[in-house]
Amino acid sequence: MSRSYTPKVVTANDLRLGDVVYLTHSGQWSRLHHEAALYSAEDAANAALASAASQSLIVVGAYLADAKAGPLGPEPVHFREVFRTRGPSNYAHGKQVDLHEPAKVA
Amino acid sequence: MYSYSDFDEGFVRTRVAQFIGQVTRRLDGSLTEEEFRPLRLMNGLYLQLHAYMLRVAIPYGTLSPHQMRQLAMIADTYDKGYGHFTTRQNIQFNWPKLPDVPAILGALADVEMHAIQTSGNCVRNVTADHFAGAAADEIEDPRPYAELLRQWSMDHPEFQFLPRKFKIAITGSPHDRAVTRAHDIGLRMVRNSDGIAGFEVIVGGGLGRTPMLGHVVRQFLPIPDLLPYVEAVLSVYNTLGRRDNKYKARIKITVHETGAQEITRMIEERFVETRAQFGGADQALLDDIRAAFAPPAFRNGDTSAYDTAYAADGAFRAWADTNLSKHRAGGYAIVTVSLKAHGDTPGDATGEQMRILADLAETFGHSDLRISHEQNVILPHVHKSDLPAVYAALKAAGLATANIGLLSDIIACPGMDYCSLATARSIPVAQELAMHFKALDLEHDIGPIKLKISGCINACGHHHVGHIGILGLDRAGVENYQITLGGDGSELAAIGEKIGPGFAYDQVTPAIERLLRAYIALRQEAGESFINAYRRLGPAPFKAALYGEGDHLDAA
Repeated sequence: MSRSYTPKVVTANDLRLGDVVYLTHSGQWSRLHHEAALYSAEDAANAALASAASQSLIVVGAYLADAKAGPLGPEPVHFREVFRTRGPSNYAHGKQVDLHEPAKVA
Repeated sequence: MYSYSDFDEGFVRTRVAQFIGQVTRRLDGSLTEEEFRPLRLMNGLYLQLHAYMLRVAIPYGTLSPHQMRQLAMIADTYDKGYGHFTTRQNIQFNWPKLPDVPAILGALADVEMHAIQTSGNCVRNVTADHFAGAAADEIEDPRPYAELLRQWSMDHPEFQFLPRKFKIAITGSPHDRAVTRAHDIGLRMVRNSDGIAGFEVIVGGGLGRTPMLGHVVRQFLPIPDLLPYVEAVLSVYNTLGRRDNKYKARIKITVHETGAQEITRMIEERFVETRAQFGGADQALLDDIRAAFAPPAFRNGDTSAYDTAYAADGAFRAWADTNLSKHRAGGYAIVTVSLKAHGDTPGDATGEQMRILADLAETFGHSDLRISHEQNVILPHVHKSDLPAVYAALKAAGLATANIGLLSDIIACPGMDYCSLATARSIPVAQELAMHFKALDLEHDIGPIKLKISGCINACGHHHVGHIGILGLDRAGVENYQITLGGDGSELAAIGEKIGPGFAYDQVTPAIERLLRAYIALRQEAGESFINAYRRLGPAPFKAALYGEGDHLDAA
């Protein structure tokens, strides 16, 4: 029987820049959390992670992170993942300015 | 200061050349990340939350103006215009791009710097008293010994794969500014009954998950025995250390499990062998190194300009009272430049600030700069007559905050704003505390206090040895902050006591305010410091104050 499974996104860091990236439905990498593919089944999530891990010329350190569905797309659940969507809190550096759009806060 | 020998230069240049090839092969797919990761870590390159981070060693916290300017150039060219000075006398760049890192390492090599052994299970950057060579209470400048240890430990084939990382701290003064009792090896210069200088050797201290103070394994080690003795300690640890369990792999656990007496016996036994292997070349080398650390030519001069400014200018007086320390040479002072402006990030300096500090060191400070484990910059040798000019220049650069040793002189690790190991944020907690107590105008009334914040149990922020320690944790997906009291990193070293349940992120500052208002009410007179009042009264009244408003508790 299927256990309850917390939905996941696949996230990693860009190999060259280190910036946080998310795996999309098309198998591309996006800088935006809400463009990530959200996997509600464990098998699909693990398969996506395996595919991501094989893209070692593009990303580094791929892993599955808990997420939930939101109006624009997946939203992070844990505060660590929220911070990864926007950058540090002490300077206007990272995604919160690089993406030229307001950071989404869960 | 010490200049690289041809051997040092060749070694560092070779490593840069190797890393250029390694990065090229990683980017073209010849190396997998699993293969590349240990290679980048051997060169101080970590992957953090938002970007790579490059950790550069500042050996025993000593920098020349030329080196500081190069750090500024790297910050401006390859990073976001600033660098972060750490509790291990390193500087961290938070935003380097992988393809740029070989060029950064090349730029470091140009000024005799590198990022080697700033990661991994090896001997890390040897740290020292940041007032070394200047402190009035000093027996001897410890930096020649720190440099000898640096050369000995650099790429030492026997100690590249220790059970765990290994940190050595050294001080030449009775007043311990280097937290020697919380290091794997702490070396304190002492004099024996004949007045001869040597080392008290402390082994097995450390903070982190299992905080412990080190044990004295040798009360007096003659100076010529330094390397063979330290090698004996490492050798015993390398044999006994727990490679089966990362959390029990530090030497503090080895000492704890083996027993201080037995490990002392084993070290002494091994020392007989290691000492026989050192043929005196180390002592010849030490003589050369000592010459490189000869004191500058201190001048005798009139100090009335200082006295005049001190009498006339209240802001200068406030800064002088907190940020100057007694120098060994008459007419001189040690200047601690605060990197803790209220509301700013502890330990951060912009490229422009670094250049100004380099200029000041060159013009007024015998071309010497230090980085303290408390994340400030030191101008160790400034003639008092130059202090008004130094102060004016610092003020113009936003570097004249008069808060050294006060509440807002907070140690804070990068925490979850940068670090991938962190369980909670540290920096914004420090920023809010500093701003809050500034608004209350209370920190001068509170007086000397050490407040230290870590964003995880690894304790880079030294919270266990803070008079007030704050540890950020993740409690069921929410940031939660545990408070410890009574810690001390000085020669009276003590591990702080956990006082009770943690506080929610927005309840830390109110809790600390209640605690410190209770201290003001409880102290015997204005001269009794927080730590002395705590020692006199014990935790009970402070605990009552912390938890005085029970509805703010987060029962974690």
